[in-house]
Formats: sequence, structure tokens, C-alpha cells
Amino acid sequence: MKTTSLVACHECDLLHQQMDVPIGGVARCARCGSSLYRPKRDSLNRTFALTVSGIIFYVIANIYPFLGFRIGSQIRETTLATGIYELYLQQMSIIATLVFLTVIMVPAVNLLCLLYILIPLKAKRVPPHLAKVFRLYLLLKPWGMMEIFMLGILVAAIKLVKMATIIPGVALFAFMALIFVLAATSVTLDRHLIWDQIKWQ
Amino acid sequence: MAMTARQRGMLSCQRCHLLCRQAPGAIACPRCGSLLHSRKPNSIARTWALVVAALILYIPANILPITHTAALGSVQSDTIMSGVIYFIQSGSWPIALIIFIASVFVPLLKLVILISLLLSIQCRSQKRPLDRTRLYRLIETIGRWSMLDIFVVTILVALVHLGSLADITAGPGALYFGAVVVVTMFAAETFDARLIWDTLEECNDRSD
Repeated sequence: MKTTSLVACHECDLLHQQMDVPIGGVARCARCGSSLYRPKRDSLNRTFALTVSGIIFYVIANIYPFLGFRIGSQIRETTLATGIYELYLQQMSIIATLVFLTVIMVPAVNLLCLLYILIPLKAKRVPPHLAKVFRLYLLLKPWGMMEIFMLGILVAAIKLVKMATIIPGVALFAFMALIFVLAATSVTLDRHLIWDQIKWQ
Repeated sequence: MAMTARQRGMLSCQRCHLLCRQAPGAIACPRCGSLLHSRKPNSIARTWALVVAALILYIPANILPITHTAALGSVQSDTIMSGVIYFIQSGSWPIALIIFIASVFVPLLKLVILISLLLSIQCRSQKRPLDRTRLYRLIETIGRWSMLDIFVVTILVALVHLGSLADITAGPGALYFGAVVVVTMFAAETFDARLIWDTLEECNDRSD
């Protein structure tokens, strides 16, 4: 059923002869320029290292407050979950769910998916349901919006700076690190390398 | 001569990019299990439906207030635009620009580009397919950033909760605005960029 030597561009459907690309290089569609495949250097190890540090930063970012707010003697600190809870109390449960999914749920599921895939693959074993888990990862990826939330923190802080004193929290730094780590995982991950692990008839 | 997978009777899996032979009926990708289609099913009609829904939701999203600020006895309601104007007046030009681009300009740009892509396909246009593909790539990447205002509201609501001194609550506009972002993201996902190139091949086939 498979034609090994050919690959179709997923943006314009043009067929190409598959060729060897040096590591770090990229094969692009001759017609529309979208990338066909790009092999990565040491993809499994690098992505695994990033995933583990990502999980550590994720835990810190969720436990500790990322911003404090002080008017006179009153101090209020907020963690990721506080805003979601407040929205929920204000009968804005749909928005609360949306924020929960994009900032808490999806990044967590994606990190766990990577961990589930990479640990066995590093030991040269193929984890069960690899295809389903990796499909889930790819499906959820655009819905992880940590970096946009970070910009939101910046905008909110500038909005409040005239009203009160803004105190950056521990989680803020974990947050910044997490954004870079998450972006780096999608750079180091070689999708075709993962798909090629699946044996099929 | 260069050919597309469809002309050769082959299907490319949308998820794992495996190339398979076309077969009658619905088949699943033998490698990753996704359902295989030559083109995304009903792409044009579905994208239109989502675009129209987003256009309708865009109106209340911009008219209704997204936050209510109660400070020292007075309540002030803010829409997205009044938030932008507040930042301009307070001299924070860069922030005003960021919010304007993310919340007003990007959703509208996304809808305008999707509508023109849909019309160009339905009119069987052969003009500048590469530029049209680039436009599609652009809206696919920037669309998510419109969520910015929703996150700002979430953070404000969490921080400014000091009883009678100052209290910020979310307004109904936030709900519609969130819906606009989600619906336009689905619209971009439903659109099939390969349709842009199909017209060219059909015309080439006829002239051969």
C-alpha cells in the first residue's frame, strides 16, 4: 500500500522523490516551499532533556504565585489557577474552561505525551499506542497557549502599575523558562523519526 | 512531469504524511490510524459556515464590555476598543498597539483572508497560488495570538479583587471574543490549502 520513495507536499499535494537530507537541513516543496521533512540532530535525547526540564518548570509555574499586587497594606498574590477559579465564580465558566484548557491542560498533556513516547524510544522499545499518543500530541499542539498568556501577564502588569505595586513571583521566571523549553521541544522533535518507529503491514 | 498525489491516485495522510494508494470507500492510514482523505471533506462549505459564525460573533465581541471595574464606589465598563484608547491616552503606545493588533486587527485580517481565499477557489482563480498559500500560512500562525485579551482579563480578575477598594469582573464581551478566536482557529484548520492548487492542475489537464 505504501510507495516508499515518494512523498506528497501536504500543502499543495505535489509529489516529490524522497532524497537524503543532511542533518539540520530541510527538504522543501519545489512548488509552494512548505517543508516536507527536516531531520534533526540527536532528536530523541535533546527532546527528552527538554521535556524533563519542561515538566519541572511546569510544576513550579503552577504551584507558586506569578504576580503579586499591593495597594496600601493589602497584598494579593495570584497563581495560574486563581484567575480561572475567579472567572468560574463569576458565571464565566466557558471562558474559565477555555483558559484552563489552553494554559494548564494542553501544556501538561503535551509534556506527558512526549515523556510517554520518548522514554521507551530511548531504550529502543516502541511504547503501546504510540500512534494514538503522538496524534493526540499533534492535535493539541496549536491549543497550548503559554507564550500568549505570558504576553497577557505583561499587558496586565502595565495596566495595573499605576494603581498599585506589582511584585513578580517565582512562577513568573519558571513561566519564562517553560516557554523557551516548549518552543525548543518543537524545534528538536523530528516527527518523521517518531512515525518511522511504527511497524505496520 | 510533476504530478500531484491525487493525479497519481494516491492519498497523503494529513497527520503522519504517509503516502497510500487510493481505494474505494473510507480507509484509515495503516500507520497512524487517521481517516484518509484526498482533500479535507467539505472544506469550502465548512470553512464558510465557521467564517460566517465568526463574523456574527465578532460584533458582540467588540460592542459588549469585556471588563467591569469597580473602584471606590464607581463602576466602569470597558470594551476592547476602550481598553486600547485607555492605553493611548495614558501614553503606553506599544501596549495599545499590541492589544489593537492581537484583538481587533488579527481576527478581522484572518476573516478577510479566509473569505478571499474561499472566493478565489470558488471563482477558479489561477492567479498567484504561491502568495495565496503564504497568506494561509500567515493566518494559521498568527490566529492564536488573539487569545491575548482573554488572558489579560483572567489575570486582572484574579489580581484586582480587593472588595470595595477595587474589583474587576469579566463582562459578556469576553465570552463572544473567546468564541471568535476558537471559531476562527477551527476555520483555518478546516480550510484545505491544496484546493488553491487544484484549479491549476484541472486547467493543465484540459489543455493536455
